[in-house]
Amino acid sequence: MITTSGLTKVYRSRGREVTALDGVDLHVREGEVYGVIGQSGAGKSSLIRCVNLLERPTSGTVTVAGQDLTALAGRGPRAGKELRRARSRIGMVFQHFNLLSSRTVQDNVELPLEILGKSGKERSRKALELLDLVGLADKAKAYPAQLSGGQKQRVGIARALAGDPKVLLSDEATSALDPETTRSILQLLRDLNRQLGLTVLLITHEMDVVKSICDSAALMERGRVVESGTVSELLATPGSELASALFPLGGEAPADDRTVVDVTFQGEAATQPVISQLSRTYNIDISILGAAIDTVGGLQVGRMRIELPGRYEDNVVPIGFLREQGLQIDVLGQEPVLLKEGAQL
Amino acid sequence: MQPLLEQACWDTLYMVGWSTLIAVVGGLPLGILLVLTDRGGLLQNVLANKVIGQIVNVARSMPFIILMVALMSFTRWVTGTTIGREAAIVPLAIGAIPFFARLVETAVREVDGGLVEAVQSMGGNTWTVVRKVLVPESLPSVIASTTTTIVALIGYSAMAGTVGAGGLGDIAIRYGYQRFETELMWLTVAILAVVISLIQFAGDYAARSLHRRGGQSGPAPKLRLLKASTATSKTV
Repeated sequence: MITTSGLTKVYRSRGREVTALDGVDLHVREGEVYGVIGQSGAGKSSLIRCVNLLERPTSGTVTVAGQDLTALAGRGPRAGKELRRARSRIGMVFQHFNLLSSRTVQDNVELPLEILGKSGKERSRKALELLDLVGLADKAKAYPAQLSGGQKQRVGIARALAGDPKVLLSDEATSALDPETTRSILQLLRDLNRQLGLTVLLITHEMDVVKSICDSAALMERGRVVESGTVSELLATPGSELASALFPLGGEAPADDRTVVDVTFQGEAATQPVISQLSRTYNIDISILGAAIDTVGGLQVGRMRIELPGRYEDNVVPIGFLREQGLQIDVLGQEPVLLKEGAQL
Repeated sequence: MQPLLEQACWDTLYMVGWSTLIAVVGGLPLGILLVLTDRGGLLQNVLANKVIGQIVNVARSMPFIILMVALMSFTRWVTGTTIGREAAIVPLAIGAIPFFARLVETAVREVDGGLVEAVQSMGGNTWTVVRKVLVPESLPSVIASTTTTIVALIGYSAMAGTVGAGGLGDIAIRYGYQRFETELMWLTVAILAVVISLIQFAGDYAARSLHRRGGQSGPAPKLRLLKASTATSKTV
């Protein structure tokens, strides 16, 4: 649904060059919620603004719903007619809501429809319908300043949906909200994604956002995507930073005569009593250093850090057993490649 | 004395009224243009911005009485005369346009850039941004700026007497100051003070009621501060 390839954005100011995006390839499938996570300055904001060409990329292409937006005429602020029409089919919600304080809630939601040239009757019908959808039907005549943060973001979402978009861009939509409101807004986005088949691309710096609603995620660092994929793919990737960030596990560094192993299980494997099987089969004592079980993108996923007595070399067989059960195994202090060779020995 | 003052009142209102109207019509787009053409603006054009800015600066730095003389041939071309109320309106308006434009510029700059971005993301063009965002969102400030402009114009209009335009200021100078009719002078000053107070009050009220629509209910911050201080002094 959204594809960027080789997306690069370089800002020039007073002779200095800052590379915000450095060859970003992103592929968002239709109907999924895709989260881009990274620290501030990683280039997330530039990325999402390049998707609807609020920022014109220095090079690379952006394709949304089969249309190559970068090919459409017009520069960022001075967009041509076709680009503006394409933008009206992409909804966008903002961190600071960006509602017009001079307009009522209903008039705010009607704004995109005014731009599209819809008649007054159609506008108010659609606006009230959308306000009902986001649960704010009773606030139609209120002004934004009279609403709470969560309500404002609901208005922002209703407004973003006014043009019947297939794609919704969310620029840190929950970063200005408290945890409880964040949950309710994420729930709303998830519901809209399911009900309307809306494709959502969101950027965030909060791992919880990715955890609670994303089907896929990408990690950005210094203008590059360093990891990306569906959440289950990421969890199955050895040494994935995103996976370990989604499941932070405690526990000390392995001592010389101990082997520390991270076990990730999802789906079927999550229901098997593997640890007790392991203990009984090989007659070893296993200590659990840390564990977390959670639902990620609707999937039951768990992670556990266990400690086995003896060096890694002594534990090749039990670890092989865990692998056979379809579990994702990361041995701490061992490079994934070496680990494979070790298993063959 | 009564009809003299009455006539002067009307002359002042007539001149200030028309010149304010022209200043708003001319200064509003000019102020918006100053923001749009600036670096990073929607219609970024550094050269145009510099040129407009420089014209505005020159016009603002000119003492009003010199501006009035400098514009005489233009005034004659527009109104057909260089004396009287109509002739005074031309330099008053032209003097007020850059003044008002700078105030509008400041007001428009205050508008949150995120709102502009939001409208762009909906597919709006620059004109949509101006019409739906910049003007309505800066309206309370623009109204306050209009009040300031009116008050400044009342001050300038005192000098319009030099081209025989009359007005309260002219009475104060010619009758009060030059003919030593001190009472009349103070009377006109008092009338001017009342007129300006009324205009300031009306302007503040309009700006505040627009602002209040944005949800700032209750008394203005200053009043609240006063109340709080009286409350604390009571408890002490």
